Order: sequence, then structure tokens, then C-alpha cells
Amino acid sequence: MSLAFDLALCAFILGAAALAVAGRNLFGSVVFYIVYGVLIALAWLSLGAVDVALAEAAIGAGVTGVLLIGAWQGMKEAGALEDSQAPPWPVRLWAALGAALTGGLVITAIIALPGQDGLTRTVADEQGALALGNPVTAVLLGFRAYDTLLETLVLSAALAAVWSLSPERVWGGIPGPKHVSRPDGVMASFGRLLPPLGLLVGVYLVWAGADQPGGAFQAGTVLAAVWILIVLSGLRDEPRVSSLPLRAVIIAGPAVFLGAGLAGALAGQALGYPPGYARTAILIIEYALTVSIAATLALLIAGPARRLS
Amino acid sequence: MTELLAERGHVFALTGAALIALGFYGFMAQRAVIRRLISFNVIGSGVFLLFGGTGYSAAGVDPVPQALIITGIVVALALTAFAAALAVRLAQGGDRDDGTDDGEAGP
Amino acid sequence: MNLLFALAGAPLAFLLASLIAGRHGARLIWIAAPVITALAFWLALETHARPQGGALGGWMPPLGIALEADGLGAVLLLTCALTASVTGLFALGRYGGARPESARRYTFWPLFYGLWAGMNAVLVSRDLFNLYVAIELLSICAVALAAFGSRQAAVNYMMIALAGSLAYLLGAVLIYAALGTLDMSLIAQRAPEARASVLIAAALITGGLMAKTALFPLHGWLPPAHGAAPTAVSALLSALVVKASFVILARVWFEGLPGLAGAGVITAFGVLGAAAIVYGSVLAITQTGLKALIAYSTVAQLGYLFLVFPLAGGGESATPWTAGAWGAMGFHLSAHMLAKAGLFLAAGLMIYGAGGGRIADLTGLARAMPVTSLAFGLCAVSLMGLPPSGGFMAKYLMLIAALASGQWHYALVILAGGLMAAAYLFKPLARLFAGTGTPAIRALPHRSMALAPLVLGAAAIALGLLSAEPYALMVSGLPEAGEAGLEEAEP
Repeated sequence: MSLAFDLALCAFILGAAALAVAGRNLFGSVVFYIVYGVLIALAWLSLGAVDVALAEAAIGAGVTGVLLIGAWQGMKEAGALEDSQAPPWPVRLWAALGAALTGGLVITAIIALPGQDGLTRTVADEQGALALGNPVTAVLLGFRAYDTLLETLVLSAALAAVWSLSPERVWGGIPGPKHVSRPDGVMASFGRLLPPLGLLVGVYLVWAGADQPGGAFQAGTVLAAVWILIVLSGLRDEPRVSSLPLRAVIIAGPAVFLGAGLAGALAGQALGYPPGYARTAILIIEYALTVSIAATLALLIAGPARRLS
Repeated sequence: MTELLAERGHVFALTGAALIALGFYGFMAQRAVIRRLISFNVIGSGVFLLFGGTGYSAAGVDPVPQALIITGIVVALALTAFAAALAVRLAQGGDRDDGTDDGEAGP
Repeated sequence: MNLLFALAGAPLAFLLASLIAGRHGARLIWIAAPVITALAFWLALETHARPQGGALGGWMPPLGIALEADGLGAVLLLTCALTASVTGLFALGRYGGARPESARRYTFWPLFYGLWAGMNAVLVSRDLFNLYVAIELLSICAVALAAFGSRQAAVNYMMIALAGSLAYLLGAVLIYAALGTLDMSLIAQRAPEARASVLIAAALITGGLMAKTALFPLHGWLPPAHGAAPTAVSALLSALVVKASFVILARVWFEGLPGLAGAGVITAFGVLGAAAIVYGSVLAITQTGLKALIAYSTVAQLGYLFLVFPLAGGGESATPWTAGAWGAMGFHLSAHMLAKAGLFLAAGLMIYGAGGGRIADLTGLARAMPVTSLAFGLCAVSLMGLPPSGGFMAKYLMLIAALASGQWHYALVILAGGLMAAAYLFKPLARLFAGTGTPAIRALPHRSMALAPLVLGAAAIALGLLSAEPYALMVSGLPEAGEAGLEEAEP
């Protein structure tokens, strides 16, 4: 795509960001943030980074957007929606000065960059050892698998953190509000129609992720979205946070990943894969991760336990 | 041609820097937690765009930054999810539960 | 390297286990404490021979991630394991037992293990982005645990943590953009190629980590969060969490960017550190609440850590006093971990027993709670820097380094800080022995809970009594010039 397109896209991105950050209406800001996320995903597409574009659209715009809408709703229910007055001018002045300073500093650093080749070639040279066609997956589950392992546990810890906010009298109960819909309504038809489709897309994204753009995080997000749709349509309710099968699903992926890493450590190479079986091992880990990520994301959105039935 | 490509990376890197500044303003000037979380995420995606833009060459975006960005997006989501839940719980349930509510006994 | 991975992986495994174990999750600490402590002890023995490390999966940096433990890392991993183990066992009193599952009794444990895993992961990693993920794991668990006490304080803590992580992440990204690597030893080799960008990156990293470490003047979030939390949580937050970001900061400047810190940067660290000591101590003296006093003491004690930068010369060259300053930092980190955790645990027991959190409520409590009061006293000795404690070794080595390098003004700050620590800790100590009668107290859930702060206090003292081994280990990786110069500095 042309430079003109890039420049226009960047202008739109900055405009959406400004409206999201400084707009008067809080709900409007959330909506602009979601628009902004989609535009950022377009920027990644323009740069040819399809994996990042998928992650940004699904997680950065989608899941984060839903979370923010949920938070807005929760604040509204609590009667705590902060008024949307502009902050007093000295605050704005100092913040603007700080922002200008930070931006200037970062731009100076960018201009002073010496220009180096990065690791594109190194990855291309080494990814054959993992028998993976997608270099990003090779980095995520091969070369820097430790980052990814810690990251999946950050998600598990975040879920524990969110659950810790549950009021004690409803502990063990169900997160999120109850949704009911007419069995012949539009939502219900959506809820019946879209899940098989979403499931298909999710499975495809993991399967393709080995060689083409995609992977556990993107696929997990799609599956989480499917679940949210089912809940919204009133076809099924969220599970209880005390449910043992649910907890098993949450820890399955990280447990398989960590287990593989520790087994490697016992065999002499922590987070190493047996030669010739790297691809198989990575695919198994990715499938397990996808299921756990989907469940964890869906529950992070649902929030703390809220009701007993 | 290469020069133009290098410039493309620069366009996005500089946009990233501008997003960081915008988000910084929002994070400092705004009091509402949701707005500060939006600002946090704007800074985050600005940092990532800078990462991708500086890692861009004729061969595309360096895959190592791409992988790190995906990790970073997930971490940012985890932080946002907890921060949002915490802020809502503070608004709904107050600073702390009274002593008997959580049934905790002991120091 | 496999042992290092096991040290980061073991608490992660317990995190997952406690998520699935439900109301039985509390009992896992009986396995986790000995297993992880044994692993850390094993590592300390191995590190004695030579530093441990290697590339995960066999992928060398810059492509892969290398783990590394030098003597300092090994000592800190062991101290952290001891502190977390004792605090975890102590927490059984509140979050254990045969009661049905509750939100906090259930979630305390995964957050506790997540915090421990984050600590260990920070201590073994030398990769800037991996450190980012590790410290986010630590932060999310720390804030969630702080919310057990005050949700308002936790929100403020969260906002600072978010801002700090973004600044750090931006710095790390700029380092990669400039040098094509995130590994500290490779950064050290390549940094001169892109001095300007690297300096800006270093400034961002430093600002972010200073906020997370609560260095004056970015300390505002700490006293409310640490002071309002439940006992075991206060101990974990004050003893462990704030140390992680400091260790990263020290490693970035001393290992990643040696020689890059100009005189201005070093002086800035020294001035802020000194200001933190004075400001934190003065505020500690004025507190009427016991936990608030201890929390402000943390603000002051963190200041000492930043004196290491001027005292060790910013890593610019191996001056004769570098090893002394480095050792002082190691002693201060470990002694403060043990003593501060012990102090918070003892304070929690005393507040529970006395039924009130003001210092005035402690009157005569030493006669009703002798073991707890003894533990409080032992921890206080180390915090004041009195011999023969680990805290004494830290301050002694700092003084020697300050005088050897001709920076007598820092020596004055160190001495004044010790006197002020004595002043603020004497207030509760005097109360404990005041009056004549034995106050009636509420019985503890388990009598053995008083042993936890006693073990930590005794360990803080033992660190000073048996200082030769840990000292040798902590300075083992340093240049010869530094080690040789220290002969005369050793007591």
C-alpha cells in the first residue's frame, strides 16, 4: 500500500486516539477506543504483520473494548460514573508539557537510532529446526517460549486476581449478569448459528498458526467470543467459579506448557523440544493453550462472582 | 525503493511516538479510571507500533518484535481486566469489606 | 540453567495446583516451602563454585533467552525463598484450615505463588522483555493482594504500576530498536554503538522502575497499600515486591550499561536515596499507627539501596570499594527482606492480640506476648543496623565504601538514618515494656504463629553473625580489583 494511504491511516489513528483519550462523553471514548483498535489492526496489516493485526483486532480492540464497556456499565450501576468535565487547566497544562517532553524524547531516540538488521534473518535460518513455517510462532513457542509461558500464567494470575474481588456472600457463584432472551429471537438464532462457525475459525487459526498467521492467542479469543455470544443470547449461563471442570480447563494449557518445560529440564534442556518432535510438541501445547486461553479470557470479561443462581 | 520502505517504518514509528504522548496526556490529566485505562492502552499500542515501525525493513516486520508485541498485548489485556474489575468493585463495594463479611479469622 | 528454570517454574506449578485444589490449596505450602527453599539452597551451593546459567531450549541470545544466577542472585533467591516460605506458613492461620472455600481463602494462594514466581523469575532473568513479563506477573499479584486490605490504595498502586511498566517497556523497546538485542550482556557489548538512543531508553527504564520501587518522590502509593493490607500481605509486599524492580534497575546500570551512567545520573540516584532515607524516617517517627510506621520505614530503607550507585561508582570501573558497595547492597536487600517481613508479621500478631493498631495499644504487651515481642526486637535490631545483624553488615559496608571513596556526606546520611531508625523503632519497643500489669490479649488462632517472625528475626541476625559465606558469594562475580580492595573493608 502507498505512503499516502499510510499517512491517511496514521492521521485517522491519531484522531481516534485523541477522541478516546480526551473526549467529553465517557461511553463515546470507549467506542472511539474500539475504532482506534481496529485502525491499529489495519496499520499492522499495512505493515504486513498479519499475526499482530489479528491479535490487535481480537484482543486489543475486541476483548479490551468489551471489558471497558463492562466496566462502564458497572460504574453506572454503582452510580460512580465520574463526570466528564474537562480537568482544570493547570493539570491540563502540566500533562501537556509532560506529554510533549515524553514525545520529544521518544522522537529524538527514534531519529538517533543507528539502524540495525534485527533478527529477521536469524529467525529464518533457525526456524527450520522447529519445522514451523510461521516465524512468529517459531519465536513465540520456540526461541522465546519462556516469555509465552510466563504470559499464559499472567492470564491465570489475572483471573485469580479478578476472582479475589468477589463478595464473600456470593463466592462460588456465577460471574456476570443473567441474560434471558426469547427462544425465537434474533440473539438466540445468532447464538445457535455462530458458535459452530466460530469454533471452525478457532480450530483453523491454531492449525494454520504453525505455518501461516494465527495461533493459540488469536484462536482462543475467537472461541471466547463465541462463548460470550452464547451467554448473551441466553442459551447458556456462565459457569460457577467453584466448578472443578472449569478450573481444570483453565489450568490445562499452562499446565501442559509448564510440564513440557519442566520435563525438558529433567531431560537436560529446559523448554527444549526433543529433536524431530518439536512441531508435534508445539502443536499439542498450542491446542491445550487455546482451550485455556479461551476460557480464561471469557471469565476475565465476565468478572468476579456476582450471584448464586 | 529501500529508502521509501525505511520511511514507511518511520511513519508508523513516529505515529507510535505521538500516540505515546497522547496517552501520556490522558493518563496524567484524567481522573476517571476508565479513561486512564484507555490512555494506558493507547500508550501500549503506541509503544508496539513504534516497535513494529523500527523493526520494519524490505523483508517485512522483524518476527521477534511481532512475537513480543503479541505477548505484550495479552499482558496489557490481563492488567486492564484486573484494573477495571478492581475499579468497579471499589465503586460498588467501597474501600474494604467490613470485618465479618469475608469470614476471615486471625491476624 | 535447568535448576534456574526449576526455581521459576516451581512456584508457577504451585500457582496452577492451588487453582485446582480449591479449599485444599492452602496445604500445598507444606510441599512448596521445603521444595523451593531446597532448590534455592542447591543453587547457592552450585553458584559457590561458579555462576550458573544458560540458554533456554538451547537458543542462544539474541534469538533466545538466557537465565543467569551470580552470587548475588543466588543469595537473594535463597533469602526470598526463606521469607516467602515462613510468610506462607504464617498465612495458614488466616487463609488455611478446614473451613469451606471462600473468595480470599481460595485466591490468596494462587496470588501468593504468582508473587513468588514473579520474584524468582526476575532474579534469574537477564532479558529486558522477559523481565517485563516477570514483573507484570509480580505486579498483578501484588496489587490484587494489596486490595485484600484497601481497594482505594490498591487502585492507586495499580495506576503507578501501570505507568511504571509502560515506561519500562518503552525503554526496552528502544533498546531493541537500537541494538537488536534484549540480553544484558549483549547490550553491554553493543551499547556504545547507539549512545543517544540507549541513554533515553535507560532514562525511561529507570523512571519506570523507580516508580515501582517507590523511590522518593514516587513513594506516595506505598504506605497506604502496605499499611492497610492483611499481615501476611504487608510482609510480602514490603519485604519482597519492591526489591524486584530495584534489582532490575541495578542490573541494567551495572551489567547492561556499565560506564554509561554519567556523574549526573549517579549523583541523582544518591540525592534521591538520601532524601528517601531522611523523609521516610521523619514520617515514620511521626506515625501513631504501628503498621504505618513500618510502611514508612520501608520508604526510608529503600533509599539506602540507591546509595549503592554513588558508592560503587555506577559500575564505571572496578574501584577498590565497588565490591564493598555491591556486597552492602546484597546485605541490605537480604537483611531488609527478612527483618521487614518479620516486623510486619510480629506487628500483625501484636495488633491482633491487643485489639488495636495504634502504638499506644501496645502498652505492656511484652509481658503477654514475649515471643512475638522478642521477634519484633530482633527485627528492629537489624533495621537499625546494630551489630551483630545483617542490617549492621549492610550499613557497615556502606560506611566503609563511603569513606574509602571520599564521599563523607553519604556516610553522614547513613549514620543519621541509623539514628532515626532507632528513634522510630524505639517508640513501639518502649511501649511494649511500658507499664506494670500484663494486658489481657485475644488468643492467637495457633500458638505457633509467633514462631514465624521469630525465625525471620533470627535469620536477619544470623546473616550478620555468619556474614563471611554470603559476602564471599555476593561479591564472587566482581572484578579482581574490587575483591582485592575489600580485604581491609571486611570486619
